[in-house]
Amino acid sequence: MPRPLLTLLIALAAAAALSAYSDHFDAYYLDVAMGIGINLILAVSLNLVNGHTGQFSLGHAGFMSVGAYLSAALTMWLGPTLLQGSDSAFWPQHYLFFAALLTGGLSAALAGLLVGLPSLRLKGDYLAIVTLGFGEIIRVIFQNCEPLGGALGLNGIPAYTSVFWVLSFGALTIFTVHCLVHSTYGLGFIATKDDEIAAEAIGLNVTRYKITAFVVGAFFAGIAGGLYAHFKQTISPGGFDFNRSIEIVVMVILGGMGNTVGVILAAILLTLLPEVLRPVAEFRMIIYSFLLIVLMLVRPQGLFNFSRLPSKS
Amino acid sequence: MIEFFQQLLNGLSLGAIFALIALGYTMVYGVLRFINFAHSDVFMVGAYAGYYLGRFIPEHTIWGGLAALAVAMTVCAILGVIIERLAYRPLRSAPTLNVLITAIGVSLLLQNLGQFLFGATPRPFPELFPVTLFIFHGIYISSNQLVVIGVTLALLFALRFIVLRTKIGTAMRAVSQNPKAASLVGINNDLVISFTFALGSALAAAGGMLYALNYPSIDPLMGVLPGLKAFVAAVLGGIGNIPGAALGGLLLGVVETFVNGSKNWSTYKDAIAFALLILMLLFRPAGLLGSFTKEKV
Repeated sequence: MPRPLLTLLIALAAAAALSAYSDHFDAYYLDVAMGIGINLILAVSLNLVNGHTGQFSLGHAGFMSVGAYLSAALTMWLGPTLLQGSDSAFWPQHYLFFAALLTGGLSAALAGLLVGLPSLRLKGDYLAIVTLGFGEIIRVIFQNCEPLGGALGLNGIPAYTSVFWVLSFGALTIFTVHCLVHSTYGLGFIATKDDEIAAEAIGLNVTRYKITAFVVGAFFAGIAGGLYAHFKQTISPGGFDFNRSIEIVVMVILGGMGNTVGVILAAILLTLLPEVLRPVAEFRMIIYSFLLIVLMLVRPQGLFNFSRLPSKS
Repeated sequence: MIEFFQQLLNGLSLGAIFALIALGYTMVYGVLRFINFAHSDVFMVGAYAGYYLGRFIPEHTIWGGLAALAVAMTVCAILGVIIERLAYRPLRSAPTLNVLITAIGVSLLLQNLGQFLFGATPRPFPELFPVTLFIFHGIYISSNQLVVIGVTLALLFALRFIVLRTKIGTAMRAVSQNPKAASLVGINNDLVISFTFALGSALAAAGGMLYALNYPSIDPLMGVLPGLKAFVAAVLGGIGNIPGAALGGLLLGVVETFVNGSKNWSTYKDAIAFALLILMLLFRPAGLLGSFTKEKV
């Protein structure tokens, strides 16, 4: 069995085992762990776009919100009718949640395709601004969508997200991104990042690589959104704004672009940081932003990137 | 018809403010080729400077208002130079992405320092200028709108003079065309970049104060949305192009005001800027007045 697949299976088994004993852990730690897992999925999937493929996207929160809203709508509207009449709600509930997450992920992927097709013709700063713009547009659309709660958002979403779901999807995300990038096909992503013109010259369909990365990234962002919605139990358009996207981008940059292990560590660190800084809550965000600037000045290649210094592009 | 002109006037006064902010983005982009995300928060600091100065000067006087404007602009010019010196200059040779993230960090820092120092609750902005309402053929014109348009026009002409007629303005244009060649002919790039930040931040401060006059409450996060829209305006006009930024700002202000005044689409007013931007980038990526350069190997 190939090593990545084995690692995935071990991770899934560990997630199942952990969730079986989850009652023995403090609820606070479980909450933090789930927060970490969701951020990890977001960061690793964005890393495929920003890090491996080199396309700077600032709209990840938009795709996350698509997944969050659609999966929440599914469990809230279809859930009661589907779960009715079954004696034990355990299995149907899990099937429903899984289906809702997949729907969320697929619709986010579709949104990614729709956004990616026109905008990936652009490069660098322009692409960043257009993805930012699309993220804002998605937010405003949800704000105006009355069936989805408008500006107030959705409340009372069932709390289906458990440690098992978060950890297994986290493992699945890492597995998919790892395998995609380390396959023969995946070399195209790296080539697109390193030199788009050269990649085109040797016959690679650069646009297709960019869109693939974008759609896969959006899919997992949608999954993370679904997990987030069924974890917080309440979502509103304001929670998926520009700052949320920035938060994810910061994880990718701090981890070192294109460095999966680094990004995972950064996601863990940056989720824990606000928790650690809770005693000084007043200064929390000041310290956070100050650290961000200092880190960029002192370690521009990313906190956990030990491989090579970035070259000026 | 009266309503059309009324909306046009409102749109122009909003667009004038967008134009002032957009100029800062476009000038910094011109010399450094990166999006200065902190610019929108310099705008916020400008509004707060006006707020605190309002305590020391008599309200409802033109000279008092202009004095407050001048002081706020000076404060923000200094702030802009400090930000550039401490956060951006050390990264002069780093990849653009790192500078972008640093700019986002500075932006977050200013927002959160603002929340800590000024408090997160919105505050009413003092009426610095005399307030009267004129009615001209059925169109309501507030004196604040006239102040906004007048100050913006004055600043645009001043900027045009600086950029086209002075030595430092010529140096700015040289650096934005080719930084290496500029330093070869003896231009001190660092000085020019500092000057650009001072100029852009001063304009943002003016924009912040004028915005606060017309939308009379201010809070530490007030800069985020106008800042993003002003950046969109800069791209619409062709980034790096100074007349383009002014044009883009006015255009965006007018379009947004009309969308806001329409019956069915008013709630989409915050999205219209981005929709315009996307359309523009798809069909004319260089912007209205920008020139397109093909990337060469």
